[in-house]
Amino acid sequence: MAAIEHSKPKKRRAFGEVPGLGALAIAFMMFLYLPILVLVVYSFNAGNIVMVWTGFSTDWYARAFANEDIRKAAINSLVVATSATAIATTCATLAALALARGGSFKGKGATVGVITLPLMVPEIVTAVAMLVFFSNIGLNFGLGNVILAHVTFCIPFAFMPIRARLDGMDTTLEQASRDLYASDWETFRLVTLPQLMPGVLAGAMLSFVISMDDFIITLMVAGAGDTTLPVYIYSMIRQGITPEINAVSSILLLFSIVLVTAYWFVTRTKPDGKNR
Amino acid sequence: MSVAQAAALPIAERARAAVELDNVEKTYGTGKSAVKALKGVSFDIADNEFFTLLGPSGCGKTTLLRALAWFESVTAGTIRLFGEDIVDVPTYKRSINTVFQHYSLFPHMSVAENVAYGLKRLKKSKSEIEATVADMLELVKMTDFAGRLPAQLSGGQQQRVALARALAPHPKVLLLDEPLSALDLKLRQSMRQELKQIQARTGITFIFVTHDQDEALSMSDRVAVMSAGYVQQVGTPNEIYEHPANRFVAGFVGDANFIDAQITSPVGDTVTCRTKGGAVLQADARNLLEGQRDVTLFLRPEKVKLAKVGAATVDGEITDIQYLGNSTMMQIDIGEAEPLVVTEPLGEVDQRLRQVGDRVGVILSPSALQILVE
Ligand SMILES: Nc1ncnc2c1ncn2[C@@H]1O[C@H](COP(=O)(O)OP(=O)(O)O)[C@@H](O)[C@H]1O
Ligand SMILES: [Mg+2]
Repeated sequence: MAAIEHSKPKKRRAFGEVPGLGALAIAFMMFLYLPILVLVVYSFNAGNIVMVWTGFSTDWYARAFANEDIRKAAINSLVVATSATAIATTCATLAALALARGGSFKGKGATVGVITLPLMVPEIVTAVAMLVFFSNIGLNFGLGNVILAHVTFCIPFAFMPIRARLDGMDTTLEQASRDLYASDWETFRLVTLPQLMPGVLAGAMLSFVISMDDFIITLMVAGAGDTTLPVYIYSMIRQGITPEINAVSSILLLFSIVLVTAYWFVTRTKPDGKNR
Repeated sequence: MSVAQAAALPIAERARAAVELDNVEKTYGTGKSAVKALKGVSFDIADNEFFTLLGPSGCGKTTLLRALAWFESVTAGTIRLFGEDIVDVPTYKRSINTVFQHYSLFPHMSVAENVAYGLKRLKKSKSEIEATVADMLELVKMTDFAGRLPAQLSGGQQQRVALARALAPHPKVLLLDEPLSALDLKLRQSMRQELKQIQARTGITFIFVTHDQDEALSMSDRVAVMSAGYVQQVGTPNEIYEHPANRFVAGFVGDANFIDAQITSPVGDTVTCRTKGGAVLQADARNLLEGQRDVTLFLRPEKVKLAKVGAATVDGEITDIQYLGNSTMMQIDIGEAEPLVVTEPLGEVDQRLRQVGDRVGVILSPSALQILVE
């Protein structure tokens, strides 16, 4: 009888498993998120020297809220983001509907390309182009200029989740609606739109976050009184970093996290109403 | 085409025809990629009839339903609904409702809201809508589920809701596209009965689509057998099963044996013919064309009786036995091109005594052997 070998079975590596990847991933995450964590922690620092911890306080938040300029910039940001989102989402919804349900027309593929192209164009190019264009035609609506600029780069962000949702939607639902004596408008209002809503919401949230966080384009097209929060923060930094900036940045961060989380929940449901 | 003429209803019935199809054609696409899905489809469907479109997948059944519901325009021909041409009447003005193949319930509406949908669009009064929804849910035994969403229902329950939703506006014609195909066998069989009862109770004309011959035979008043865009035969289940118009219908509606033979005697009620294998058989002469010599004989497996060797029409050897529960299916080599398929109901003989390799006598009675129209 052959001797039974008692050697330990070799641990087999799963396909794609690379030695040391775990440690590398952790290092990468730290590099990415540690500065942000530090920023948030120091926004609660009692002292006014940025990197020296002297105790916990929410003083800087109170100060930031009391600062008239910050308040004004925040309101500008909200006004711009809300208007740009509303306009961009409406345009994107109509475009997606026309492309998915409007029958075939010449240049359909190219149309999708043109709608999503701004994602690929370097932001500084768009920014300069807009600045030159606005000043050439003498467009001067103050905050209106900023909103218009934001609409243009928000459309592709709003468009993509809406189109994805439409592609996954069952067209026989619309047929069933027409079969049950609904007019085209009723079918849209009662069947298509409610089904599409998660896509529209997702598109709106994405474009809101993108608009809130935009810096380069806003910096170029915004006039003196039309500063948004990111641009204001930048101008504050040039006068030296204070914990007040940390506080404002933290608020902006919280805002983004909330929206992205909401986005995640909204896109989790599939068109048939079940969770993924 | 003689089949199309045979499909027309008698004059008195015609007045009550719910649906009349006249030379309906449908081509998808153009040029090289064109697909002819319907070719010269003509037949009538009587009011209050349970009418079935039967055919293999891809033969054009759904296309015909879609033409009736106006989801698809036809390329040629006319469709009349109770005498009125509907080719140009949009969907939402036709008194036709559809039960879709995959139910297509509105996922964001409750069962009751789904059923009420059509009634609301027709601007019925609130009290009428409530009463009708209650009636319909009762009819399909879904009253307890009124508040649920479709995702919270089983396939069979969704099917019932889809039926209630389509019946609620009380259409003149109800279209059902393979409504039972997604259900399991037991459920399918009980739904067959229920659908038949609902049709009888409501008096609505049902146009039912299926690729399952058992479904077609067991439920329908009349059946149209389709293949490759053509209507092959329209008739009662008995007519299409006992007297199929051609080889396709004979083979598609139930199992069939085909035997090639030559006529050897003058024509009477029966004719004598000699098969390729040399057997001499008596066959029913009713479908024989004048001057026709080469024929295909057609025979249902359950019409064959077995006997002792030498005491029957021909002798053969059992080459295969399949136990089917309530019957046994055998292949018997009688020296023809194809072995004969024979089913024997259980209980008449002790089938355990039959074995592959046994020699048996096969009784082929003249009334069961029919000449097939090619
Ligand atoms: N929208 C369409 N475009 C092109 N061809 C189609 C379309 N719908 C159906 N067909 C073709 O028409 C034929 C009949 O299809 P269908 O009516 O769906 O058959 P069935 O319902 O009997 O399975 C098939 O060959 C199918 O490929
Ligand atoms: Mg089909």
